[in-house]
Amino acid sequence: MPTKPAGTLYRGREGMWSWVGHRITGVVIFFFLLVHVLDTSLVRVSPEAYTAVIGAYKNPLMALGETGLVAAIVFHAFNGLRIIAVDFWKKGAKYQRQMLWTVLALWVVVMVGFSIRHLSLALGGH
Amino acid sequence: MTATIDSPRSGKISPQYRRTGGSKGNFEMLAWLFMRLSGIVLVVLIFGHLFVNLLVGEGIHAIDFGFVAGKWADPFWQIWDLAMLWLAMLHGTNGVRTIINDYAEKDSTRLALKIVLYAATTVIIVLGTLVIFTFNPCPVVDGVPLPGGFCPA
Repeated sequence: MPTKPAGTLYRGREGMWSWVGHRITGVVIFFFLLVHVLDTSLVRVSPEAYTAVIGAYKNPLMALGETGLVAAIVFHAFNGLRIIAVDFWKKGAKYQRQMLWTVLALWVVVMVGFSIRHLSLALGGH
Repeated sequence: MTATIDSPRSGKISPQYRRTGGSKGNFEMLAWLFMRLSGIVLVVLIFGHLFVNLLVGEGIHAIDFGFVAGKWADPFWQIWDLAMLWLAMLHGTNGVRTIINDYAEKDSTRLALKIVLYAATTVIIVLGTLVIFTFNPCPVVDGVPLPGGFCPA
């Protein structure tokens, strides 16, 4: 029966999981960006085409999708700043774990604020 | 008898062990640096974009043709969106290039995936740039303004 490999500096710990999260959120954001440039380009086709397609974003399901996308962007942004600190700050590697927990705490704060504002705008009224 | 071994950083490193000066030049170092520099700028550009488009006023309900027309009437937002388009696409393309290099093991697979990636990147950057600079807030076809336009009364 193989035993679970022991954790190392990276494997199975904060360093590895933040790297996995950074990759996955990066790919998600990249594919959204391709679609987002295409949908915005419809302003060049006609005002009605743009307004019709952008109208598809304005429903409860998409409001949740947008919140998920922003969650991915905010994590990628804050963790990206952490990676820069690991690379350029003398004590970056030493404190990479504490910085990840700081990233996650800031991410929660920003996402609570964003979700309340965006979901109340997107789901309420109109 | 004693053998003398050069210190690794003495500058006498055999060519095959040098990290720079190979056939690839220092492209990978520049790509690494670009990810960090563009990343810092993108945090500002994208957070500003999300704040202005989703959190101010009516939020997403305000977004329609007139909203985009109003923003791109201002060179400030044209430059903002242009910088965001180029930096985000190049940052994302380099990220996906790294992922292809990591996971696609066959040379032919890597080549095919990168051709698709670079083609998509080129199309999106060229298209987005053209849209920002050729945008007309009051489109007219055969002398008739299209419905929904942002024409001055």
